[in-house]
Amino acid sequence: MWQELRDELAPLGFELVTVGLDTLGDEGCRRFMEATSGSHPQLLDTHHLLAERFGVINIPSAFWVDEQGQIVRPPEPAPAPPVERAPRPRPEGPMPERFRQMAQEAMKIPNDATSYHEALRDWATNDQSRFALSRDEVLERSRPRSPEVALGHAHFELASHLELQGDHDGAIEHFRAAHELVPDSWTFRRQAWSLEGGPEGPLARFWQGPSEEDPDAWPYESGWLEAVRDVGPENYNAKFKP
Amino acid sequence: MISSTPRVSKQDFRRSTGWELKPEGACRGGECIPLPEDIAVGDDVAIEQIAEALHLPVIHDEERGLWALGPSHRTGKALSDTEAGFTLPRLDGTPFDLSSLRGKKVLVYAWAPY
Repeated sequence: MWQELRDELAPLGFELVTVGLDTLGDEGCRRFMEATSGSHPQLLDTHHLLAERFGVINIPSAFWVDEQGQIVRPPEPAPAPPVERAPRPRPEGPMPERFRQMAQEAMKIPNDATSYHEALRDWATNDQSRFALSRDEVLERSRPRSPEVALGHAHFELASHLELQGDHDGAIEHFRAAHELVPDSWTFRRQAWSLEGGPEGPLARFWQGPSEEDPDAWPYESGWLEAVRDVGPENYNAKFKP
Repeated sequence: MISSTPRVSKQDFRRSTGWELKPEGACRGGECIPLPEDIAVGDDVAIEQIAEALHLPVIHDEERGLWALGPSHRTGKALSDTEAGFTLPRLDGTPFDLSSLRGKKVLVYAWAPY
């Protein structure tokens, strides 16, 4: 659906740039990127540059860049109609209980797709749009960055680097530090959780939590299901603010 | 920015932080901050010293012999200006520079396979 929107709006001078945030880069993203086969630029972001540079804290999210290369809306949740995402392969046989519960929580996450897409369309089709924010408003709405958060980004990059070097234990150590220092980043946690694997199969990276056989071996404070229940699914994404 | 040596080249430092190291100090966007005299800037610079002078977070993982330099927290916000520049690789490895889309409205969309 993003692709269709892009093709529809492209003649007006609109472009879509999709960026896959994954330490595993090509290996992690390729099958999804090839499935969408768009004519727009599709990029890989191994060390989450978009988090460090612009303050992306969850996916899917997006920011708007105007004709002069200036950000007119900082990163915010960017809901898409579900058909856009490459269909997640269904596992053979019955759905494991954890996935069933994760799907249940995911259903409770509010979706502002209608208001977001009205705003996006308004911006893409008009010279002036009330949804394009002033410079001060863009900076103000971007994520807080304390010395702790900045240090957390350094830990995250180091963790990602160590993972690629094959030092998984070292990566865990620095991912944990990043999680503690940047507690509002879901991508930092989801990235780390997704590298722990799960039950065999294409859904392994979505398990993101302790295994049923050996829950004590889980190296993180929580997993996706536990963390979402903890904050409440209604707080998982910031509400769309015009 | 990750380094396996305690000193980084001025080019690498500029690429990752935006700060250009010149005789008059560290410069970025027309602004120059004089550096303390004990910082020797040749072709390269000591990461921990320059990080301290510019208030950038730095980690030294002694066990693994690595340094990691984090982003600035100078303004207390992730965005300290609205400039949207970045370069990232496409799937085939070729770099893509966002500024090549100047003149268009661009939606930069972050997703992940997890």
